[in-house]
Amino acid sequence: MNWDLVLDLAIMLGKSLLLLVCLLVFIAYILLADRKIWAAVQLRRGPNVVGPFGLFQSFADLLKFAFKEPIIPSGSNKGVFLLAPLISCFLSLGAWAVIPVAEGWAIADINVGVLYILAISSLGVYGVIMAGWASNSKYPFMGALRSAAQMVSYEVSIGFVIITVLLCVGSLNLTAIVEAQNTSWGMLRWYWLPLFPMFIVFFISALAETNRPPFDLPEAESELVAGFMVEYSSTPYLLFMLGEYVAIMTMCSLTTILFLGGWLPPFPIAPFTWLPGVFWFALKVCLVFFMFAMVKAFVPRYRYDQLMRLGWKVFLPLSLVSVVVVAFVLQVTGWGPVH
Amino acid sequence: MTEHNIRNFSINFGPQHPAAHGVLRLVLELDGEIVERVDPHIGLLHRGTEKLIEAKTYLQALPYFDRLDYVAPMNQEHAYSLAVEKLMGVTVPRRGQLIRVLYSEIGRILSHILNVTTQAMDVGALTPPLWGFEEREKLMIFYERACGARMHAAYVRPGGVHQDLPVSLIHDIAEWCDPFLKVCDDLETLLTDNRIFKQRNVDIGVVDLDTCWKWGFSGVMVRGSGAAWDLRKSQPYECYEEMDFDIPIGKNGDCYDRYCIRMEEMRQSVRIMKQCCEKLLAADGGGPVSSLDGKMVPPKRGEMKRSMEALIHHFKLYTEGYKVPAGEVYAAVEAPKGEFGVYLVSDGTNKPYRCKIKAPGFAHLQAMDFMCRKHMLADVSAILGSLDIVFGEVDR
Repeated sequence: MNWDLVLDLAIMLGKSLLLLVCLLVFIAYILLADRKIWAAVQLRRGPNVVGPFGLFQSFADLLKFAFKEPIIPSGSNKGVFLLAPLISCFLSLGAWAVIPVAEGWAIADINVGVLYILAISSLGVYGVIMAGWASNSKYPFMGALRSAAQMVSYEVSIGFVIITVLLCVGSLNLTAIVEAQNTSWGMLRWYWLPLFPMFIVFFISALAETNRPPFDLPEAESELVAGFMVEYSSTPYLLFMLGEYVAIMTMCSLTTILFLGGWLPPFPIAPFTWLPGVFWFALKVCLVFFMFAMVKAFVPRYRYDQLMRLGWKVFLPLSLVSVVVVAFVLQVTGWGPVH
Repeated sequence: MTEHNIRNFSINFGPQHPAAHGVLRLVLELDGEIVERVDPHIGLLHRGTEKLIEAKTYLQALPYFDRLDYVAPMNQEHAYSLAVEKLMGVTVPRRGQLIRVLYSEIGRILSHILNVTTQAMDVGALTPPLWGFEEREKLMIFYERACGARMHAAYVRPGGVHQDLPVSLIHDIAEWCDPFLKVCDDLETLLTDNRIFKQRNVDIGVVDLDTCWKWGFSGVMVRGSGAAWDLRKSQPYECYEEMDFDIPIGKNGDCYDRYCIRMEEMRQSVRIMKQCCEKLLAADGGGPVSSLDGKMVPPKRGEMKRSMEALIHHFKLYTEGYKVPAGEVYAAVEAPKGEFGVYLVSDGTNKPYRCKIKAPGFAHLQAMDFMCRKHMLADVSAILGSLDIVFGEVDR
């Protein structure tokens, strides 16, 4: 028997479990932060009863959902109905396998990491479509249709934005993307500044990709009640919510890696370099998430056709043009990656 | 090739829907996201108010009016009281009129805050309602300090108002005015120039003026389409003639114009409130708050201890009520939602023979179909929000 393989597998499993636990605990607090930020904007206190400052609120919610009776509508397709939340939760968790949270800290440091994340997050829409279809109800169905159209539209522009970054880096490996931003200029040479318009496009597309306001049409409260989640309750609902927040975290860390220099300190000089990379990574993810949360508190929601127009008529041409421009500039100046 | 009959997708929008504004049920026929037909179903909050009033004395009928448009209760009471006073030929003392106007404007702000912020919520902005409700809370406390109830005031009564206001309350209301303008500005920074908010409201639910008149619109719906029609100016009741205020009008008659008008009307209401407070506190602002006619307005508690006549009046008023001369009358006020009218028929007894209530929301709701046609599903809630529907008055 090959003991090395067994050992490797065990280590892999241990790493995955560790990441999963850390991620879920992190999300529990991100969720609380989301509610607290939202509450602060609205002049409320937010959750403040369970534990000091409401710190255990997310865990109480978890228990509440887990102990509730899942209600499955009699007209639904039971198998697909229950499969849908599992798919959307598992897929969004799966994306984390390739995300490097610090130098060398990735479960799988594969050389096509970006492609893997794009593939996985595209599959995420299946969870939504299946939920909408299997519920056999009208509002979820509308929500699912909207969601399918929306996710497809914005993935296109996300793809092109990523290509501009890849042109500068010359690799699909996420670690390599971060390393390419490691210069003596520190945060001034991270890609958010040289590729600034793309940073904005990516951020907005990320909002759309994760169904956050102002693009929360699949679950638009004032039109579709709760969209594709109307018929869901207890744990299946929890899985959707969890999947959604994991996807948000994925998008935040992707923004961090592509544009904000991943785990790199803001400047490669003494007091900053003392802190571990994972700290900088988490800090940047939190910053990006803060922007996610603030957007939610401030903006109204787009209408369906306006969302489509923004995706196809504004972002797509913009990102296409910038791919050409970036390629041109890199070619002419010779700033591109050297092989 | 076989032929398929393509059927529209019909959905129930309400009665349990977060954007249905109460118990409205809309049956929507959708072609994809495009609305083909809107069929409003009403009656889920029908309580038979008009019929119930026929079995009550004139004073007992009053609290039903709080329960019509429960967002601005005193404005409805006001219309009813005006109708009774017209039949009786009673005039209200000036202080009573000032208090009525002051509280009518508070009601207008109560209603407009609710409407403007929920219209924002209907297009997806979740913060404005919480900002606005803080001010509503303060206004409701003013209600409470005047009459003891936050909603169902029963404060404006035929003959005047129930009680005088404490001086400290008038000072507090006057102090509330200017900070509120700041809150209006804050709300406007969130909404008025917000690109998404504009995209969702400009050119949505357009009604031209001609259609407005034909469908019996009033209030903001008419002013949004460009007519400076306001009962407070066109046929002033109470002491509105003394007040200095402007009527904002719109140009396009779309949801955005109606939103802007409501924001401006709140500012104008604050102007009126300030004038009222000033006049109430001025030297000539004193005096009785209701008619001194003992046959209609109950006597003061102190008087009952000393005067036999007052005691008899009190007994008669609270057992039999007062008799109103036979006749019929229509009285209307500019309620926040439009022209709220009461058509009262008296047969000379102590109970109304018939009381017909003209609720502005009812006329506006019937326009849902032609206003929403060919718009998208999301616009339905935006249009519904801008119509300012409260089901208490639509269903009655």
